[in-house]
Amino acid sequence: MKDRATVLYDIPGPRTRLRNNVLTLAFGVVLLLAAYFVWTKFDEKGQWDGKLWQPFLQADTWTELILPGLRNTLTAAVVAAVLALLFGAVFGIARLSDHRWVRIPAAVVVEGFRAIPLLMMIFFAQYGGSLAGLTVSEFAAVVFGLMVYNGSVLAEIVRAGILAVPRGQAEAGYAMGLRKNQVMRLILLPQAVTAMMPAIVSQLVVLLKDTALGFVVAYADLLNAGARVVPANYANLIPSVIVIAVVYILINLALGYLANWLERRSRRSRKISADPAAAEMAGGEVALAR
Amino acid sequence: MEAVVDELPVILGAFWLTVKLTVVSGVISLVWGIVLAAMRVSPLPVLRGAGALYVNVLRNTPLTLIIVFCGLGLGTVMNVQFSQDDLSLNSFWLSIVGLSAYTSAFVCEVVRSGINTVPLGQAEAARAIGLTFLQTLRLVILPQAVRAVIAPLGSLLNALVKNTTVAAAIGVMEAALRMKNLFDAHGDAIIPIFLGFAAGFIVLTLPLNLLSGRLAQRLAVAR
Amino acid sequence: MRKVTRMRFGAGLLALAALATGLTACGNSGADSIVDKAKNDKKLVIGIKIDQPGWGLKKPDGSYGGFDVDVAKYVAKELGVPESGITFKEAQSANREPFIQQGQVDMVIATYSITDERKQKISFAGPYLVTGQDILVRADDTSITGVESLKDKKVCGAQGSSSPKRLADKFGPEWESKNLTQQQGYGACLPLLQNKQVDAISTDATILAGFAAQFPGQFKLVGQPFSEERYGIGIKKDDKAGRDAINNAIEKFFSDGSWRKALDANLGEFGKYFTTPPSVERY
Repeated sequence: MKDRATVLYDIPGPRTRLRNNVLTLAFGVVLLLAAYFVWTKFDEKGQWDGKLWQPFLQADTWTELILPGLRNTLTAAVVAAVLALLFGAVFGIARLSDHRWVRIPAAVVVEGFRAIPLLMMIFFAQYGGSLAGLTVSEFAAVVFGLMVYNGSVLAEIVRAGILAVPRGQAEAGYAMGLRKNQVMRLILLPQAVTAMMPAIVSQLVVLLKDTALGFVVAYADLLNAGARVVPANYANLIPSVIVIAVVYILINLALGYLANWLERRSRRSRKISADPAAAEMAGGEVALAR
Repeated sequence: MEAVVDELPVILGAFWLTVKLTVVSGVISLVWGIVLAAMRVSPLPVLRGAGALYVNVLRNTPLTLIIVFCGLGLGTVMNVQFSQDDLSLNSFWLSIVGLSAYTSAFVCEVVRSGINTVPLGQAEAARAIGLTFLQTLRLVILPQAVRAVIAPLGSLLNALVKNTTVAAAIGVMEAALRMKNLFDAHGDAIIPIFLGFAAGFIVLTLPLNLLSGRLAQRLAVAR
Repeated sequence: MRKVTRMRFGAGLLALAALATGLTACGNSGADSIVDKAKNDKKLVIGIKIDQPGWGLKKPDGSYGGFDVDVAKYVAKELGVPESGITFKEAQSANREPFIQQGQVDMVIATYSITDERKQKISFAGPYLVTGQDILVRADDTSITGVESLKDKKVCGAQGSSSPKRLADKFGPEWESKNLTQQQGYGACLPLLQNKQVDAISTDATILAGFAAQFPGQFKLVGQPFSEERYGIGIKKDDKAGRDAINNAIEKFFSDGSWRKALDANLGEFGKYFTTPPSVERY
């Protein structure tokens, strides 16, 4: 980044460099003051007190309170991810069907679930399920919500990924005498999946973060451990939430790097003709929001 | 069905709260997100670093955690109060802090990538004909960047409408929590109530989708 | 363009309807008595609170402690289930009935008041303790003397518990919006009271006592209970055999002195607020 022209700035000359150095110093001081202000505010309330943080040095706090929560979060995320991928594949392909009676209901489902907030789906799964005489555990409710919401978003990614494969590919397939499902299975999907990979992984990061909504329905997830169980024992809500946040951030950053790596790899690869960027764009809201 | 009709004022009230949450935190996120984007594209490494740190931390933290931190951490433990005499107003603003802090990180990335879509040659050409920094920004870069930013910002706003439901975690009576309360009160009308609230969200998000899609199409930069 | 809009909107509704019918398709397996389940499986899933000091609290070593937990262990033992066969599960105030109805837990022992409204959905054994809804205030606050003085005070309650609902009905929606905050659990209310964002926490005296016992000298109970709450053990509706068996266990719990011991062990000085065990209600 340094000393390279960007859209906004030319390569700095000697005078600009000097000015930038002065400004760097000034803003550095401002930022440090801001950090110091926040630090003292928390300090006034005794939030840096060793005894609030000390529990996180004990093995018990981790093995008995936090890690079980993390395990539940990951279980919910993995189960929901698998189901959402299935859901997305089925509905994404169904939306491209030649038959109206397949295409339209699939579109209805996908558009409907994308418009409804996840938390509402979780509540509805709980209450609607018991109405039908089903046993809906918090786990099932959270997984159900994550599946239909993220599945619908994934369906759009799948659809866009398939559409991003140049038409000539399918036409060539048909010209060779392949059937519809052979074209889909042998030609379109393999290329589309490679192109969709980064978008899919970003959506899985979103899904992992969304498991935290389980807190609202008392699913014993990581956030529940950090915001309710640990503070009930040590009255250390702020330290506890900060520690939990670090755990979430580390996991998500790792997934983020995975997504970047996949993207770079698929950009490099010449074998596919679909453009990963196109698939990502179509995800739209997808990679960006939530 | 009667349940929905009887409770209509309550339902509308809940959606009004959802709309207020969306609009207020949307405006704040936009402003703060642009400031963050400015930091991230500035020539000063210290600002770039601070902006990047903020965005990476906030984007990778679950919104629920952020809102719980604002409600219980800031509101309760740190005793941050927005209103001395109205508790709902207090939790309303605390959830706005959380929603804006989170959403602005995404706004920042949208704006930053919008600026980055402008080809370097455009800026070089502008500087070559002697435009000043502000002129370059105003006449060449922003007109193109703004167009690239419309559609993603539309999706963000759409996501924000849905994300306001997370404020339920700290007891804000927005649509989702109100729906749950109505489920409790009218156990025999769960499906009509759910359909009513779902329709409400579809009504809120659909026009946004269409509008931002159409704007994006009309403003697309031909390259 | 307009056509597309209408179609998409209708489509959304259709999707919902499809979902609704899809969900109703599955049925329920028949409900057996908790007595049989305990005898055959030697296992029970019991819903408790996990964030209520003195009553039900998950401890750092992973175990659970509190009066309700002691009741649970005693009743389970009487039903023939050893301590190792009990799985404790968090039951928040708001989801106790659904838990029982859906069969996610076999019984709920979670500071659970017996009410007629709840009896329509589930059955109760007990009561094993009678208490009242009371008000917890800061120790130096003399302005709150009873429920009437809450009219111009700020109150914290837990989402889904009966006490805030009662106050909201009494003082109206305007009061509910301005003066009442409903948090997820009482643990979130106490700091609000400490730093004067609210003036009172209203719920059962037992729960308040459990919290107050953690901070000696800081809080006091107003001591004007404005209702009678009878804590029962929630089980599946119409499980008469289960109710009778649990009631027998509770009576034994009273008579062999375990009741007293458990109260004093879990509530310390606040244990003495509960003098005599109630008589169980058989129906």
